[in-house]
Amino acid sequence: MHDTSSSAGNGVGRRDTQDGGGRDDLATGGVSRRNFLTSTVASTMTVTLLDTARGQTAPAPARVSPRQPVPLSLTVNGQERRLALDVRTSLLDALREHIGLTGTKKGCDHGQCGACTVLMDGTRVLSCLTFAAMAQGHDIVTIEGLAGPDGALHPMQQTFIDHDAFQCGYCTPGQIMSAVACVGEGHAGSDAEIREYMSGNLCRCACYPNIVDAITDAKAKMET
Amino acid sequence: MQPFVYARATSAQGAVETHLMAETEREAPSVRARSQYLAGGTTLVDLMRLDVMQPELVTDINALADTPSGEIEYSPRGLWLGALVRMAEAERHPDVATHFPVIAQSLQLAASPQLRNMATLGGNVLQRTRCTYFRDMSYAACNKRAPGAGCAAMDGVNRSHAVLGVSDRCIAAYPGDFAQALIALDAVVDVSGPSGSRTLPFAALHRAPGETPHLETALAPGDLITAFVVPPSPWARRSKFLKVRDRQSYEFALASAAVALDMAGDTVRQARIALGGVATVPWRAREAEAALRSRPLDDDALEAAAEAAFAGARPRRDNAFKVALGKRTLIRALRETAAMSL
Repeated sequence: MHDTSSSAGNGVGRRDTQDGGGRDDLATGGVSRRNFLTSTVASTMTVTLLDTARGQTAPAPARVSPRQPVPLSLTVNGQERRLALDVRTSLLDALREHIGLTGTKKGCDHGQCGACTVLMDGTRVLSCLTFAAMAQGHDIVTIEGLAGPDGALHPMQQTFIDHDAFQCGYCTPGQIMSAVACVGEGHAGSDAEIREYMSGNLCRCACYPNIVDAITDAKAKMET
Repeated sequence: MQPFVYARATSAQGAVETHLMAETEREAPSVRARSQYLAGGTTLVDLMRLDVMQPELVTDINALADTPSGEIEYSPRGLWLGALVRMAEAERHPDVATHFPVIAQSLQLAASPQLRNMATLGGNVLQRTRCTYFRDMSYAACNKRAPGAGCAAMDGVNRSHAVLGVSDRCIAAYPGDFAQALIALDAVVDVSGPSGSRTLPFAALHRAPGETPHLETALAPGDLITAFVVPPSPWARRSKFLKVRDRQSYEFALASAAVALDMAGDTVRQARIALGGVATVPWRAREAEAALRSRPLDDDALEAAAEAAFAGARPRRDNAFKVALGKRTLIRALRETAAMSL
């Protein structure tokens, strides 16, 4: 795997078009060819491959290998990152293991704890349940992308410090990303509303009262 | 997670054709099908990581959000909910909240904000049971995963399991909320499939386990839900979703009730009732509806409806409490719905 990051260049959709496959319907029925066929294998061979019984070793000469890395491009914190990844790679693992942005944390890896929360096109999502391939063409913002260019902390980062809204800190990046979206959605109107709309972020140190205070404080600062 | 081929479709027809490249057998367990659609991924990726699902071909249909399947439309003919609409989009849509409160509430009370931003309406109704034995591959005995293998839940820890619609083969509870709102309001489902498009009643979408718990829906290989249509009705505005659970938020229902009432003063003209958390499928309680029709909504009528709803309950060792809890949940939902000021 290698990361050939580039801040310039084309959006993902445009690259698809340049590859000649793109988002137009093909003879294979609306598939983005670049992602489905990693070589020039005809779709009939794909069917043959897929009809091969599981476990049966019948190596076709030009078979599509699901293990072959898939080239993809992610826009993370405003930077385009070009990667070649096993298609099973989650957005979370792409961020942490391949791009080197380890601020986003892996808690449960099953969408139950919220530690992996990032923003996708401004909405909060779980990067552990998102395949990296699904994140193409979307703007991803991680905890590393919150601070200003001069390093000034986002109000939510500062109020988490001010209100001592963490102990071990492992859930904190997810809490902060979720909290930024929570305020943006208009779901931080009261303590009860904050608790309801932050319920997808678990804190095993149980810093919940301080987290609610931090969000209330940050909301006022974000709105001024 | 097992390796797979990832494909992206930009139209429903393209999705169906791609999906069929890894043809699935009709009688195979749908959870073990070799070809799967991917939308929000909140069920699929989770179960793939557990190896419960091991598709060889995954067809990403998220681009269909740019088609009518990504839209919500309200008109005098009813409510159109595209299958690629995210749960969060539907719950905050003003027409949904105003004209179909039970739908908005069923979505608001589900999962977490992050999951609701990801999960689509089409995927939501197909989310798979939270039965721990189904989700844990170290248990061989699961008739849903492996037909004929037995059911570890039957005499296992079955507190969360179903009491309605169960069979000797499976007692796994249907976990969702939104589906109860749809079935209560007589919604229909638009499906694209290998032989074109068709519409079926939402009530015909899910299959009770019976002898074949591995066949969970009426969908055939390649079938893709494109939309739900909810007809207008005199009862849709006076409707409510009540969800009772172990935690106040971010938890599956132990018992839930989707209720809609058309009232003439204190008397019920028509009632629509669906129950969640207690049944193997989204459960329409037609006997309870009949028990209320043309009656004043007094204590006797409420008791009669609750008794009728759970007359066929078959509890196991740990989940007998769901019968009492389910009745009380229904009664409270009916009372609160009748008390709504419109």
